[in-house]
This record gives sequence, structure tokens and C-alpha cells, in this order.
Amino acid sequence: MSTKAQKSSALDILKKILSNQIFIPISALLILTIVNLIVDPSFFEISLGYSSDGNPVLSGYLMTIIDYGSELAILAIGMTLVTAASGGQDISVGAAIAIAGSVILRVLCGTETSPETIQAPIIVAFLVSVLVAMAFGAFNGVLVAYFRIQPMVATLILFTAGRSIAAWINNNQLPIVNDETFTYFGGFIPGIPIPTPFFIAIACIIVTALVLKFTNLGLYVQSVGINEQSSRLNGLNPKFIKFITFVILGICVAVAGLIKVSRLSTINYSVIAKDIEMDAILAVALGGNVLSGGKFSITSSILGAYVIQFLTTTLYKFEVQSAALSAYKAIVVIILVVISAPVVREKASAIWKKLVNKKAAAKQAG
Amino acid sequence: MFKLKKLVSVIATAAICLSMASCGESKPAAGGTEAKDDGGLIKVGIINNDPNESGYRTANDKDMKYTFTKENGFDASFAYSLKNDEQIGFAQKFIQDEVDYLLLSAADTAGWDSVLKDAQDAGVKVILFDRTIDADPSLYEASIVSDMDKEGQTAVDWLKGQNLPKYEIIHIQGVMGSAAQKGRSGALDTAVSELGWTMVTQQTAEWNAEKAQQIVQSVIDSGKSFNVIYAENDDMAKGAVAALDKANISHGVGKDVVVMGFDCNKWALEELLAQNWNYDGQCNPFQASYIKEIIDTLENGGTIAEKIVIMDEKGFDATTITQADVDNYGI
Repeated sequence: MSTKAQKSSALDILKKILSNQIFIPISALLILTIVNLIVDPSFFEISLGYSSDGNPVLSGYLMTIIDYGSELAILAIGMTLVTAASGGQDISVGAAIAIAGSVILRVLCGTETSPETIQAPIIVAFLVSVLVAMAFGAFNGVLVAYFRIQPMVATLILFTAGRSIAAWINNNQLPIVNDETFTYFGGFIPGIPIPTPFFIAIACIIVTALVLKFTNLGLYVQSVGINEQSSRLNGLNPKFIKFITFVILGICVAVAGLIKVSRLSTINYSVIAKDIEMDAILAVALGGNVLSGGKFSITSSILGAYVIQFLTTTLYKFEVQSAALSAYKAIVVIILVVISAPVVREKASAIWKKLVNKKAAAKQAG
Repeated sequence: MFKLKKLVSVIATAAICLSMASCGESKPAAGGTEAKDDGGLIKVGIINNDPNESGYRTANDKDMKYTFTKENGFDASFAYSLKNDEQIGFAQKFIQDEVDYLLLSAADTAGWDSVLKDAQDAGVKVILFDRTIDADPSLYEASIVSDMDKEGQTAVDWLKGQNLPKYEIIHIQGVMGSAAQKGRSGALDTAVSELGWTMVTQQTAEWNAEKAQQIVQSVIDSGKSFNVIYAENDDMAKGAVAALDKANISHGVGKDVVVMGFDCNKWALEELLAQNWNYDGQCNPFQASYIKEIIDTLENGGTIAEKIVIMDEKGFDATTITQADVDNYGI
């Protein structure tokens, strides 16, 4: 009797794990890890070296992943909220990053292309870019929440125009920042061997966790996403909540923009953060979030973001032609979409039930 | 609700049209004022790609504006678009305005025959610059272009001349299929197969510095040795160098890794001057002087000997570059 109870509780736990959202990104991570372990365990080596400035840096594929995956993780936070509340995605984040980055450079460089010293403190430049990015987020938010335009269509406007706006902010110049401290955000802080973007991502994650813990934002977003009408009847303001998620995404965009322009101390409007919106949406999907809104898990999305970078880095390691990377990502998307389709889910749970029943029946018989 | 949606979409459309119109206005604004005071000025209509497209285009546009001025005896109107059909529209407008010369950097190679025929009938002489088109050569007077194959060849010849003890190359390509990519890759591919050089990796970064950085990072992580980075533009070379700096791999004159770029951006030539990079190949955006020469010849009743003019393009070596080169050739 007791063994049976144990068995069934074990089954329950297994079922819980399987039905938990975070199971999807974790299993993807496991698959990638195993593949790499089998093919070449040196993938996981991390070595301590020194950069050409003489600062200690850790290097290795894993470091590359947490380094380059961080912008995506930050974007995934905002994108998850937008998805959950509005049931749609913001496809303008890449263009918005170009704008935010352009603003940072404009403030730092003034009107010169390559000034010897920066014209304003970096924090000021960053705060200005946060304000600008929030304004563009608000623009998207107003279109979606108050004008009820589909998120993808509403953000298409900025998607199309954003990079031109970014170029216009700097008069088509490509400014270069010659200040060393500016490189810290996308590189390393002297003496700390772990890439700074990772710390920035962690800071964003902590802030988000605190906000979700101490405010009702998470609950409100979720209820608006599940049923707008009934949440309105319960005294929420769905429009405002949708609007605010776009503004939050704007903040994420500004942070990601800072990292992006810091990596090279300059900007190229037409290619900076190219196609990153697709990766951000993929991170949300990979996190097991329903793309039509409702329940969400930011932790899963963040994990999803790092899994995507894991995949990218793995493909680079195998010297897959970089032009073909998006094709591989497309395969992942297809698999995810198929798995999360209601029809497949119902079938899978039916099969699962049958299996469990059979086992139970077998046990009873035995 | 549906009505509201419709209203919004109408407003959005109107807004987009308005914004387009206002953009259009700011560009060929000269159109209204140009024709009136035609005091012996040569009227030229210049159709170019959007100057925001790249540093190359910005320099190209500046050069045009600097050359075709009233002081030099020209009455120039400018129109910009990255779209072929819009460019054709501009061409028709210029023909109606009875310009003497139509200067054209076509967005696309196809679709130009009929409008150029109209130009010919109207007595408008056409000069192509930077981009060639698929049309009968009789439809234009001259075509001033860069020879991308030669750019690649110059760079590879320079690399050959370095007599490195070994050649282990990271090749970072531009957008696959673009003329610049084909020309610059072709020469290197040939050299690699003929001279037995080692291609450590060959990847496209699509002119994108970040991608180049990741590609080089990946090679560094894999522990493979390499001593040449052949990047098909300056941005990608910059991205590659950022990855090298992170891993403390020395680069530049007399260092471990030879860095090669293209396009001669000013900041890139400054890197050469500081000996952080080794080579930068020029892609000459300064076609205006060539065009002016041709117009002068035609105006004086002369004929053009060669229809296709290939511009001089240099390759700069970090050991010999001077500040004057940076000032003159940097874009």
C-alpha cells in the first residue's frame, strides 16, 4: 500500500514537472548540454586570461553565452509582460534599440563624431535614452491599449521608421565614443573577470522580481491577459495595464541599447540589434508562455533567452553558416508551436492518461 | 468598435502618407527653384540612394553636392531613394524638367530601359555612377564604377606580399551575393586554393559588427590558431578586433594577428595610423570629379573614349599611411 502511494506521488511529481512551464526551456537546455557534452566536452571549459588592457577575464563558450545572451534576457522580461497583457508581441524592439543607442551617443558626443572627451556623464546619457525609449514604448502602448490596434500592426510603424529616426537623431553621423569607462557596460569592469552584461541582466531580473513581489503588477497583467472584460468588471483598468507593459518594455530596450552600443563604442543604425525582436519573441515562446496572453513566467522567458544564445553559440561552434542560423531557429519555433498547439496538447494528455491508467490497472491486477 | 478601428487605420494611413510627403519635400526641394535663373548653368538631375545607407553613401552624396555647385557652373537637383520604382519616378520628373544631364546610381539593375529611352528622346544625357544597370549601353554616355574584383585582388596581393610564415585566415564576409562581397571574397578564395593557405573559418556577418565579433569570439573559444582577419568592411573588422582585445590577442603591425578591412572609413584609417590594423582597401565614393570631367568633355563637343570608367582605388598599408591620407581618403 505504502509503495503504491509513493509510486503515485512520484507520478504526480513527474506530472507536475512536466506540466510546469519552466520544463520546456530546461529540457531544451538539457538537450543542448548533452549534445555538446557528447560531441566535444571542451565546450564547457572556462579559462582565466587577461584582456589586452591587462584585466583578468574569464573566457570560454559558456562565458560567451552569458555575455551575449544578456541583452536578450533583459528584452525577454519586457516582452513577456507585453505578451501576457496584450496577447501580442512588440516587433519594434530592434529599431527601438537603435533609437535608444543613438540617443546615448548623441548625448555623449554632442554634435562631434569622435570627441576626445565625452560631453556628458554616461548616467545622464543613459537616463535620457530611458526616457526616450519609454516615450516610444508609450507610443506603442497607446496604439495598442487605447486605439485597440493589434500589437504587431501597431509596432510595425516603429519597426519601419525606427532606424531612420535613429539615423536622424545623429544627423546620419556614426559617432564614436573614446571614453574607456563607456566600454565597461558591454565588456568587463577592470578586476572583475565576468562580463558586465551578465551583471546588468541580473540587476534587471532582481528589480523585476521585487516589483512583481511587492506590487500587484503580475496578477493584474495576468488577469487582463486572461479575460479583459472580467478584469475590468473587477475594478482593474485593462487599458492602463496594457499601456504600462509597453512602457516597461521601453525601459528594457534602453538597457539593452546601452549594452549594445557599449560593446563597440559606436553604432550602425541599419544593423544594430538586427532581428533581435524575433529572438526576444522566441525567448518568450521557448519559456512556455502562451503567445496569446494570460499566464506567464518571466523566469522561463529569461532561461529561454539564454537557451537561444546557447543554441546560437553551439551553431557557431559547429561552423554552421551564420546565414543559416535563422533556419535552425525556425525549426525550434516550429517544434514549439506544434507542441503548444491545443490539439497536440489534448492528444498528449490523453495518451498520458491512458498510460497512467494502464499502469494502475496492471498494478491492481498484480 | 469596427468603425473606430477603421477610423484609426485611416488616420494611421494618412499620417504615414503625410510623413512620407514631408520627407519627400525636404529632399528634392530644389525642384521648385532650380529652373528659373538658368544663366548658362548646366542643369543636372542627380538620383542617388539614401545617404543614410552607409558611410560610403554619405561621402558619395557630400562629394556630389560639393562638386555640382553654382560656382562650378551647375544647377543641380537631388533626389534620393533606395527603391527602384521611386527612382524611376524621379527620373521621369527630371526629364520633364528638361535637365541636361541625368546622373544615376540605380537601386536595382533592372527596369530602366524605357525611362532611359525617354531621356534619350528628350535629349537628356545619362551618366551612371557607382552602380551599373542591365540596359543597352547606347542609352547612357558613361558608367563610372568601382571594380570590386580588383579591390579584392589588391588586398590579397598585399597579403601575399607580407610573406607571413603561415596563413591561417578568418574570413568575415558581407551580405552574400552583394557585388562587394563577391568581388572581395573571390580573390581570397582563389588565393586560398592556389597557395594552400588555411581558411580557419569563413562566415558571413552581413556587414554587422556584432555578428563579426561573435564569429571571431567563437573561433577564439574553440582554441584554433589564426593570424589573419580578412573582413570585407570596416565595421566587421572593428567587431573582430573587439573580440581580439577581449582575449588579449595582439593585432596590428608586427603583432600576432593581421587585421584587414575595406571602405576606408576615417576612423578605420586612424586605426591604421595607430598601427592597430594592417590594411584597409578603398571603395572609392568620389565619382563626382570623374563625372564632371565627362560632362566637360561632352560640353566641349568631345567624345568619351571608354564608356565604362573604372575608378582608381587604393589599398592602405599601416606602415606607410600618413595623416594626409587619412584626411584625403577617409570617408
